[in-house]
Amino acid sequence: MQPAVEFRNISKAFGAVQANADVSFSIAKGSIHGVIGENGAGKSTLMSILYGYYNADSGQLLIDGEERQIRTSQEAIAMGIGMVHQHFMLVENMTVLDNVMLGTEGGFKLAAKRKDTEAKLREICARYRLDVDPLATIHDLSVGAQQRVEILKQIYRSAEILILDEPTAVLTAQETASLFEILRLFKEQGKTIILITHKLGEIMEITDQVTVMRAGRVAGAVATRDTSKEQLANMMVGRPIEGNLPRKPFNPGAPVLKVSGLQLQDKHGVKLLSDIDLTVRAGEIVAIAGVSGNGQSELMEILSGMRLPSSGKVEFLGTELPFARRANADGLPAEFRALGIGHVPEDRLRDGVIKDFTVMQNTVFGYQDRVKNKAGLFDFKAIADRCAHLLEAFDVRPKNPDLRIGLLSGGNQQKVVIAREVSAAPKLMLVGQPTRGVDIGTIESIHTQLLRLRDEGVAILLVSTELEEVRALADRIVVVSSGRVTGELNIDEFDTTRIGLLMGGMHKH
Amino acid sequence: MKTTELPRWASGFVLPILNLLSALLVAALVIHLLGESPVESLQILINSAVINPEGLSYTLFYASTFIFTGLAVSVAMKAGLFNIGAEGQMYLGGLGLTLAMLSFDATLSPWLLIPLAMVASAVFGAGWAFLPGYLQARRGSHVVVTTIMFNFIAANLMNWIIVGFLIPEGDQNPASRPFSEAAAMPRLFDWFPALGDTPLNISFLIAILALVIYGVVMSRSSWGYKLQATGLNQHAAHYAGVRISRMIVVAMLISGALAGLAAVNSIMGSTHYLSLNFPAGAGFIGIAIALMGRQNPVGIFLSSVLFGALIQGGFDLSLEKPNIPQETFIFIQGLIILFCGAMENMYAPAVLKLINARKR
Repeated sequence: MQPAVEFRNISKAFGAVQANADVSFSIAKGSIHGVIGENGAGKSTLMSILYGYYNADSGQLLIDGEERQIRTSQEAIAMGIGMVHQHFMLVENMTVLDNVMLGTEGGFKLAAKRKDTEAKLREICARYRLDVDPLATIHDLSVGAQQRVEILKQIYRSAEILILDEPTAVLTAQETASLFEILRLFKEQGKTIILITHKLGEIMEITDQVTVMRAGRVAGAVATRDTSKEQLANMMVGRPIEGNLPRKPFNPGAPVLKVSGLQLQDKHGVKLLSDIDLTVRAGEIVAIAGVSGNGQSELMEILSGMRLPSSGKVEFLGTELPFARRANADGLPAEFRALGIGHVPEDRLRDGVIKDFTVMQNTVFGYQDRVKNKAGLFDFKAIADRCAHLLEAFDVRPKNPDLRIGLLSGGNQQKVVIAREVSAAPKLMLVGQPTRGVDIGTIESIHTQLLRLRDEGVAILLVSTELEEVRALADRIVVVSSGRVTGELNIDEFDTTRIGLLMGGMHKH
Repeated sequence: MKTTELPRWASGFVLPILNLLSALLVAALVIHLLGESPVESLQILINSAVINPEGLSYTLFYASTFIFTGLAVSVAMKAGLFNIGAEGQMYLGGLGLTLAMLSFDATLSPWLLIPLAMVASAVFGAGWAFLPGYLQARRGSHVVVTTIMFNFIAANLMNWIIVGFLIPEGDQNPASRPFSEAAAMPRLFDWFPALGDTPLNISFLIAILALVIYGVVMSRSSWGYKLQATGLNQHAAHYAGVRISRMIVVAMLISGALAGLAAVNSIMGSTHYLSLNFPAGAGFIGIAIALMGRQNPVGIFLSSVLFGALIQGGFDLSLEKPNIPQETFIFIQGLIILFCGAMENMYAPAVLKLINARKR
């Protein structure tokens, strides 16, 4: 049988970056094909070429055995290729039905078409067990349901080849399981699925074939049943991953951060944080584990000065942080930073960097008032020297201080943020999701940096939704659920099942 | 190696020049349709706006005003605020300096009157921008909407003040009384007679100084850095410790002050009295200048000179060519805004292709 998609010697460069080099592999019809690789390995570029966003510099693309030129995503859709993006392309205040129809309205008689479409959607939903109400408004739907709407949209447009870009990044475990159910059903119906992910567990669970990409090239192609997580990880990184990173024995100092009775309500009176008590000592990493959206982000925002709590007390090195006297948090992050609180924010593109600033400008972001010369202007020489040093020490690639940081890969952006915060010599470091959207090689280097900071006696409060990361870094683990602390344990008591139960809101007794 | 982004020299120089040429090409076509020779018209335009020293001097006089309004719009734009209200702020700036001059022009020396006029116009301009800035910062009311409304309020308010209070008794002309000799900006003609007997005055030098200060603040000061961070991403700026509300208000105050300062050149450099509607669109031209000059000090200077030249040259052109009405300037101005603002990146893909083809 003809493969559904075949890439032949595809190459694509962006400026100095060779995103795809001589990529060749094929995807069998009616299979689930995994594409894995580190951030910046070229997966997204390759899929964008398939979906018509980019044109390859050279090479051929075969769909169902025929060579095709896909110049726009409309052409891709016409060929039966559908893509579910990591960030959904939905109009929030429209219904599911209207979102699906958008772009395929076809003429003036909307009412009749709408009725038709609705019937068709209900039929599709039933056939693929998608469980979406066509008349619901998008912003009322959970993230998992929104993703199903995206899938629904593709099926409605009769996609035969479905590309899913990191589909589980935003899903809970249950939602992931039900997504996989849907994908298996698709496979039974003869559709082809391309799954882009960096989660090895998912690859092993659901795919038939895997293509591993590294540095823009195909690093390996195997049948899933013939491989293992370890082998895939090695292919992805090009060297074996060390299981445990070296760290000094646990020897915490005096408390640096003491949170007591912290409460936060939103403007509707909904409790986002209830009675949080927490202590972080010098030289220890306390990890807050929990499913995302259970108050961790809000806690980090409060501790970094970006948001005021409703009530409660936070002591930093024995002094109470000045929340009570403030009407709003304007300028508070600068005060906290001056006290010695570093912050690696969880959403780096929203908070941590300015995309349109250069790498060098971003290395002083938040510390812009510390790099002045006697005239009160920027000391460019010192800034450039410091930047060069940071890029070297934290292995940021490419080492070009004048590049806009938006052009760097996520992992390298994160390295810049961490380099900047670490180099300010904080006494307390708040770290939110340090390796979200970051490749395995970079994860290891970020973890090494955080452990070194701990060994130097810095108190670190880490928020992570990845239990692997919590296990690799934490000295103590605090589990949260619905804005409450549901349990606390030391690292030697690490037990996935128990943590899982606490994350699910089962209280300690 | 292929590039996906235009290099800075291309986006900063090649594109604006291509856009400008396109605008002039369309203008040429229209002039042709009006039955005049485009080449000859261009010659007249260039001759009277640039080559003739007196004409050049007029061009720079107009440009001095535009540099201030262009800077006003640029400062706000860098902070992510689209200040449409430079016109009204300049108008109020004119009121401020007029009140100061009417009170003191008989008693104080020029050494005090000129700084006083500058301070008064800046304070009044800033004052007129304060409320829109405050409403944006505290209430989220969009400055585009509020500043437009403030332009209308300014027009009517000034109407009332000038007609009701400032017209000297017995006069019909809706304007204040002329200021005394002491309140005139020193003209450059007095030192450089070659420039011709024109209103070009030290406002031009002050405008250049303002451009330099603007450039240094934006590229070398932490305040300018924070201002631009606020304009690009307010979430991140908050994270970096910027007081967003205050930054927005301050940016609008500075923007308004610069717009107010534009009145100094227009009034104390030329008419020497406050008249109805004296800004005559200079505030709006400031928007075009900020867009076309990409808020870069050199860009602001060049586009200000260009617009100054169009006014000066366009005026002479309509005198010499009866078929070309004086409104042609407004038409060409519109074309430039269209090509340099709205269709700014029209040629970007083609230029990119060309660059990549050359590299291969």
